[in-house]
Amino acid sequence: MTSADQHWSFLLGKLTLEALPLHEPIIVATFAAVALGGAAVVGALTYFKLWGYLWREWFTSVDHKKIGIMYMILGLVMFLRGFADAIMMRIQQAIAFNGSEGYLNAHHYDQIFTAHGVIMIFFVAMPFVTGLMNYVVPLQIGARDVSFPFLNNFSFWMTTAGAALVMASLFVGEFAQTGWLAYPPLSGLSYSPGVGVDYYIWALQIAGVGTTLSGINLIATIVKLRAPGMTMMKMPVFTWTSLCTNVLIVASFPVLTAVLTLLTLDRYVGTNFFTNDFGGSPMMYVNLIWIWGHPEVYILVLPVFGVFSEVTATFCGKKLFGYSSMVYATVVITILSYVVWLHHFFTMGSGASVNSFFGITTMVISIPTGAKLFNWLFTMYRARIRFDLPMMWTLAFMLTFVIGGMTGVLLAVPPADFVLHNSLFLIAHFHNVIIGGVVFGVFAAINYWWPKAFGFKLEPFWGKVSFWCWVVGFWLAFTPLYAMGLMGVTRRLRVFDDPSLQIWFVIAAIGAGLIACGIAAMLVQYAVSIIRRDQNRDLTGDPWNGRTLEWATSSPPPAYNFAFTPVVHDLDNWAAMKRAGVARPAVGFRPIHMPRNTGAGVILSGLSAICGFALIWHIWWLAAVGFAALLFTAIAHTFNYRRDFHIPVETVIETEAARSRELALAGAAA
Amino acid sequence: MSAAHDTHGADDGAAHGTMRDYAIGFALSVVLTAIPFWLVITQPLADKGLTGGIVVIFAAVQIVVHMIFFLHMNAKSEGGWNLLALLFTAVLVLIVLSGSLWVMHHLNTNMMPMSHSMADMP
Repeated sequence: MTSADQHWSFLLGKLTLEALPLHEPIIVATFAAVALGGAAVVGALTYFKLWGYLWREWFTSVDHKKIGIMYMILGLVMFLRGFADAIMMRIQQAIAFNGSEGYLNAHHYDQIFTAHGVIMIFFVAMPFVTGLMNYVVPLQIGARDVSFPFLNNFSFWMTTAGAALVMASLFVGEFAQTGWLAYPPLSGLSYSPGVGVDYYIWALQIAGVGTTLSGINLIATIVKLRAPGMTMMKMPVFTWTSLCTNVLIVASFPVLTAVLTLLTLDRYVGTNFFTNDFGGSPMMYVNLIWIWGHPEVYILVLPVFGVFSEVTATFCGKKLFGYSSMVYATVVITILSYVVWLHHFFTMGSGASVNSFFGITTMVISIPTGAKLFNWLFTMYRARIRFDLPMMWTLAFMLTFVIGGMTGVLLAVPPADFVLHNSLFLIAHFHNVIIGGVVFGVFAAINYWWPKAFGFKLEPFWGKVSFWCWVVGFWLAFTPLYAMGLMGVTRRLRVFDDPSLQIWFVIAAIGAGLIACGIAAMLVQYAVSIIRRDQNRDLTGDPWNGRTLEWATSSPPPAYNFAFTPVVHDLDNWAAMKRAGVARPAVGFRPIHMPRNTGAGVILSGLSAICGFALIWHIWWLAAVGFAALLFTAIAHTFNYRRDFHIPVETVIETEAARSRELALAGAAA
Repeated sequence: MSAAHDTHGADDGAAHGTMRDYAIGFALSVVLTAIPFWLVITQPLADKGLTGGIVVIFAAVQIVVHMIFFLHMNAKSEGGWNLLALLFTAVLVLIVLSGSLWVMHHLNTNMMPMSHSMADMP
């Protein structure tokens, strides 16, 4: 090594020009498109002088509603990326037959299936459910904001920093080629010497800080900031499921952090926790990561169970059947989700007694889930159901999720799992519950709460186009995978020898194409609705005849949510208030104490991303500088005493008067 | 400034320790740390497994001392939420530890026929 090279390697670590994937035409073309698109967005923001507005009103905002919306936008952007990965895999598998290698080489294909899983779970599903909880929970419990508004902003930006690192891996270096959980020894240094696994580790660690802190924040919010009178058993079901979800987050994410730290030590300082030799045990990694991983799937699905409960009650126009059994089912699922993790590795060899224990606990967990389904069904029984989009997604969920649940119980039988483990049957099963559960639930929630967030309803026509494309596309894409899984086709294959399988993969690819149409229709739905927003205005703040407190305030709610903290006497308190004809208070307003915006969250997360990038590329000086700057900024922020302000009483009176005029207008129109 | 300090005045319902509590807690922590160190350094017990077990027990007691004397936790603080959270955490830690030991013991017996010794490390 010449001395010039040494200087460069001190400055740039492992980062060299070869790290740029210039030899991959697909990535170069993608980069060109992203660069052009990015330049256009930056140019437009500069031209319309929007940077100041974005910084002041959004990026630095500590308002839970704006942070919730930013989480949803992050989820949507990453969803498009994750879906691009999905459709690339579907096309590759549909054409790689009869000696054809397809169009993706092994190195690229392995990164794609890893990135698809990581992005869809950590940077799509998690931001979506966190965004929903952020937006809705404080409104449902009649609070001004979350308990720790700055922490909320910081959590969002840490999640974004993790997402940014994953995106950077597409153009600088490579991503992991290990599958979404990065099992060692494959993810160890001997088999993955590149930076792919390091991108994986640091992206998840940085995003994990955000997730854990947001979990703590929302628990504190639900425990401490409920409106007077709202006892635990008067909390809306969505708030209940959010509470359980955040308890799961706080209890399980530290396990992920610890196991990734051990893997980091194996890769960076030569320890042997998970190596094949020198006393290491890769099986310990699998055991530990699933202790986090199984609760994780309930972290994703519990909040949408709450969404479906709210939607079903609202669109059936009556209170939810079996509220307390719904709550107990949620709590039971929360605890049971910790005693089933071994079903992810029945085949690793722990023997009959261990496998039967975990097989039985897994089957037991379907009982509370089944109880929930019956509650929704009995709520619908003899109700005047309004088939608006949120309700349609709920019905699609109920039909789809039940099938996914049944194949799950089938997989819980250890002998059956020995046949189906790592097969496409498993892939079909978990897409069945995650798409049929989480994704449909998020779409139901977006259609349900959009008018609350923006003050106008979404256009139903394009929403229905999207709905039918999604539901039909889903079944077309994943039924062939069930069939092939039963025939023994395993997951993550790039080329196939048996030509008789091709027709199944072609059908699956057509299904994926239909889902692409569904996504396009969804984007059109948003665009059309925004353009025609004046025709779909919601002046009442309560467009669906809702039952919970978020519908008691205006759409969109004022920064302070409620001019007076509501007093709760009833489950479904807003429905009870409407029945009793409670009048809006018109006098007695007072200045409202609010948290002040701060840029510290953006700066801290930017520094974390730099620090992570430096660690990935072994640029030690930059990592040290980044970490020192991180500590300095965090300490400096504690000396910022300008943390709050009062919304003057005149502003409150003006806002509430405007709301009274809107209500009068809506009343006159009706 | 005054507004910023108002928020700190709120009583969170948790007991605040006295000097006496802190002194007792500190003394206990020192003793509970010194004994395990002494056990490991001078090896008064021949059985290494027994030594390890005693150290783990001391660690567990240490956690309880910290919770009572430094975190001021009791059954009534935060309206019982602290106790609930503690019990939940204890149950989960129990599940995770005992489950992992059980699972890994079986995996180790069934799947790891080769030597495990760190002495093989180059």
